[in-house]
Amino acid sequence: MDLSAINPVLLIASLMVASTPILLAAIGELVVEKAGVLNLGVEGMMITGAICGFIAAHHSQSVTLGYIGAAAGGAALALVFALLTQFLLSNQVATGLALTLFGLGFASLAGQGYNGIKAPTSYRLDIPVISDLPVIGPILFSHDIMVYVSLLLCLGVWIFLNRTRAGLILRAVGENHDAAHALGYKVVLVRCLAILFGGACAGLGGAYLSLVRVPQWTDGLTAGAGWIALAIVVFASWRPDRLLIGAYLFGGITVLQINLQLARVPVPVSLLAMAPYIVTILALVLISRGRRSSASPAMIGRPFHATQ
Amino acid sequence: MKRRTLLASGAAAAVLAGLGLPARAQAPVKVGFIYVGPIGDGGWTFQHEQGRLALLEYFGTAIETVYQESVPEGADAERAITQMALAGCKLIFTTSFGYMEATMAVAAQFPDIYFEHCTGYMRAENVATYDARFYEGRAVMATIAGRMTQTNKIGYIGSFPIPEVIQGINSTYIHAKKVNPDIELVVAWAYSWFDPAVEADAATAMIEQGVDVILQHTDSTAPQAAAQTKGGIVTFGQASDMSAFAPFPRVSAIIDNWAPYYIKRVQAVIDGTWESTATWGGIAEGEVGIGEITDAVPAEVKAEAEALRDAIAAGTYHPFTGPLNRQDGSAWLAEGETASDEDLLSMGFYVEGITAQIPS
Repeated sequence: MDLSAINPVLLIASLMVASTPILLAAIGELVVEKAGVLNLGVEGMMITGAICGFIAAHHSQSVTLGYIGAAAGGAALALVFALLTQFLLSNQVATGLALTLFGLGFASLAGQGYNGIKAPTSYRLDIPVISDLPVIGPILFSHDIMVYVSLLLCLGVWIFLNRTRAGLILRAVGENHDAAHALGYKVVLVRCLAILFGGACAGLGGAYLSLVRVPQWTDGLTAGAGWIALAIVVFASWRPDRLLIGAYLFGGITVLQINLQLARVPVPVSLLAMAPYIVTILALVLISRGRRSSASPAMIGRPFHATQ
Repeated sequence: MKRRTLLASGAAAAVLAGLGLPARAQAPVKVGFIYVGPIGDGGWTFQHEQGRLALLEYFGTAIETVYQESVPEGADAERAITQMALAGCKLIFTTSFGYMEATMAVAAQFPDIYFEHCTGYMRAENVATYDARFYEGRAVMATIAGRMTQTNKIGYIGSFPIPEVIQGINSTYIHAKKVNPDIELVVAWAYSWFDPAVEADAATAMIEQGVDVILQHTDSTAPQAAAQTKGGIVTFGQASDMSAFAPFPRVSAIIDNWAPYYIKRVQAVIDGTWESTATWGGIAEGEVGIGEITDAVPAEVKAEAEALRDAIAAGTYHPFTGPLNRQDGSAWLAEGETASDEDLLSMGFYVEGITAQIPS
């Protein structure tokens, strides 16, 4: 066992990278659920974003266009969900699951011919002097630009939900859509916008995998990250600040287990590989113990129709 | 072959002979391939796909091929192989270790179909096995690795703790140590043949722990991509050339070349001489190739690596030559003694000097 080989600074830096896709997908889903909609299609939207982003980036050789393509792809799939659940009033759970299956199949189809190609190089923050500072340099100032975007998005969502009028309306729609409707707010419109935002965020999360973390396209690239994102929203009890902690905790354990393997910690490797999921489950159990069930938006998963 | 088919094919042959048609006019022999990854993985499956394409080129219309990509190892493999057998394949290649049980199970149900399992050890009358001596190629890679490392710490990304991978780790350690006595080897297990996110994470974690040369026994190019991002890290192509990352960080590669074997085996089916065999070719047979050693490697190191390659090809050097001890210090091979194939095929221990443990 040689724990000294693990550099905590670099560990923190790489856990931020490993957590970013889940964080992006989860922050989008948090807004969707705050609006009273349960979209279980995160995994499908993520992988659609991953392939759309990769295709866009590959053909344009621009990572920025890649992310735009990824957000558009994720939002396009979310639009299908919005049409089905908000206008045709289909069951949200079933529709979300179908969305995941559809997204996985679509991405696999669209990805034919893109296997094994290198993604264009991403822009990394590299400020002279500051990026070279000990400890805070690697942790704070030397990441891919999307790491900062995800953090800003998290902050932005917190401000939006807690400090703006529009955020208040969105939460009202999620807590009591009939009352919000009676007050004259456009429930369906608010929800559709939230769903599109959630899809775009999931798409960005997927593209972060195919453009930065791996970076290449392969079938089943997201490997369950979308489901982890869904769990983290619950874990965070629908609060952006806790969401950040949850995502970094999961990403952190993923990275830590490989570091522990390399440091020859005498723990069975299969147990280490399971650790992220065990911790996620434990966290969910602990956090839901004794908490009022009203932590979730009251209207979550309930369809709204104005004539009711 | 069942008696009825024998009679039928005999009758067919007689008719054909009577009509004076060449044997090529027979219905094409259908050959199936089960792949563990996508054909575009740039690694393992890509090379098997190259073998299939070589078959098509060689036999033309005399054969027909089908393949299925990304078949998970496990219960689903049995379904995929059965489907291929029902689709009329005469010969089926299952190209990953994890298909062993499934191949045996399906083969038992289809005694008229020939199966070829890659890297396994279980055989039956209609199941042959084939493999390549990757450890020979790894000895050459390790020579470069041992010379190229600045930190004296090299990393190995393992897939599953099976004999083939353990052979690779041992061969790597032995030959890196030979050229650099201060070498330390760290091992990370991905528990997958192809999981780019995990492979990238493993490579990144290694680099952060001071590893500057990474070898891999997994199939994606994600470690190369990670190494390129970090800069100054040496990697090797695995299964395929991975030349997209040359001349650096990929400085050489071990390449699987299945085409000669596939052609030989399909020919045997066409000729009716197919038998269950266990083939294990290496550098000498052309099954294991050494990819171009780039100019990032100093000339004298390149020469040293090529000399080792040639010695292995000529049969004058065996990568597992004593004196070698097991990790626990017990004697394994005496001075000058070489390991038997049985020993290698069931290898379940590290050699002395490796500090990691094989996960159980």
